[in-house]
Amino acid sequence: MHILDIRNVRKSFGDNEVLKDISLTVDRGEVVSVIGPSGSGKSTFLRCATLLETMDSGTLRYMGETVASMQGDRIVYTKDLKKIRSYFGLVFQNFNLFPHFSVMKNVTDAPISVQKRDPKEVRETARELLDKMGLGDKADAYPCELSGGQKQRVSIVRALAMKPEILFFDEPTSALDPELTGEVLKVIRQLADASMTMVIVTHEMAFAHAISDFVVFMDGGVIVEQGTPQELFEGTKQERTRQFLQNYQR
Amino acid sequence: MTFSTMVGELAHAFINTFLIFLLTLIGSLPLGLVVYFGKKSRFKPLKWLTEVYISIMRGTPLILQIMVIYYAPPLLFHVTLPGNWRFSAVVVAFVINYAAYYAEIYRGGIESIPVGQYEAAQVLGYRKTQTFVKIILPQMVKRTLPAVTNEVITLVKDTSLASAIGTIEMFTKAKQIAVSPRSPGMLTFLVAGIFYYIFNVIVAFGMKKLEKALDYYQ
Repeated sequence: MHILDIRNVRKSFGDNEVLKDISLTVDRGEVVSVIGPSGSGKSTFLRCATLLETMDSGTLRYMGETVASMQGDRIVYTKDLKKIRSYFGLVFQNFNLFPHFSVMKNVTDAPISVQKRDPKEVRETARELLDKMGLGDKADAYPCELSGGQKQRVSIVRALAMKPEILFFDEPTSALDPELTGEVLKVIRQLADASMTMVIVTHEMAFAHAISDFVVFMDGGVIVEQGTPQELFEGTKQERTRQFLQNYQR
Repeated sequence: MTFSTMVGELAHAFINTFLIFLLTLIGSLPLGLVVYFGKKSRFKPLKWLTEVYISIMRGTPLILQIMVIYYAPPLLFHVTLPGNWRFSAVVVAFVINYAAYYAEIYRGGIESIPVGQYEAAQVLGYRKTQTFVKIILPQMVKRTLPAVTNEVITLVKDTSLASAIGTIEMFTKAKQIAVSPRSPGMLTFLVAGIFYYIFNVIVAFGMKKLEKALDYYQ
């Protein structure tokens, strides 16, 4: 059983076809990186997988459960999205922390008020996660008091506190300077070492190369090339991929 | 009439001024939110109705609205309204007028909240009402507080419009005293002005405290 199984996704905004038949499966413990130039559709693809956008056509399954499928030429989404949403977490490029909540409340509010878990257990879990991310002393701080790197780590903790099966990252370091990027990548690497299932949309080629089990290169709404990091970065087959990667020397 | 009697009578009439002020806030602040939802409704007739309502409330003089609310029901429906209708009509007119303004202020506040807040809430599984109550509303309150303060201060002064239909409040009283024989005359209006000013200083101070209290985040 795949954790994520998304097939034949098509998505247009007006006349602009952003995704042209994209498919991807992710298994437990796998780290998949999605790379490609800006406007290649990788963020839209992630937004379709996390239900922030509806697909025009395609099928979507989490944990073997059908979320969206085609009935004739019409796409039908399941009604019970609440359960499906509990399967995944998403880390945004610009964090999207709740500014009026403390770090602790940002992390614990959804597990308590959405998942209805025991507040005491949730707070303990949150403390452990914050400690692990080097944020142990920030529990009572507000997002505006944190650096970008700390904000992003809090948002990773917020996603992890929901105990997702799979974690999506939408360019998690694009809003950060190189130093802060490093501290966030370190945290993601820790998660990879702990066998967290992840899909990471990123422009950090060295990072994608080092951490991924599988890399997808997208351009113009299609998957141009995909494979292991070795296949993609060292044995590049497609000219377009080579072109994109030429600025990246490992 | 001595000066101190005049001040005493104004102070007594100020109770009604304060009541109009308080009841208007209690009614219009929440009603503004209802009006906002009406305007945002996907049910087109309700949306249009709300838009026409806001447009009329903002586009015609409040003094005229007070007169319409007070005189229209007896004229249109030939009903005899209870003795305290004068006061009720004023409060109703103020509430529906101010609600229209608050609705627009709320809209500005809510629409200024980044879409990412909704997306984060959605991914975390919050229901729509939870998202609004827990995530959006508190941020909207903070963002709109300066504009709301403006309206609240205007309301203190607008209560004097109740005198248009002779509702007993401070300004009506001041007019009565000023024209009565052997009164302190124009001095009465000066004292009334001082009453309004002091009250507004207190209101402004309270609102500033409230803004400060919400300063713990940005």
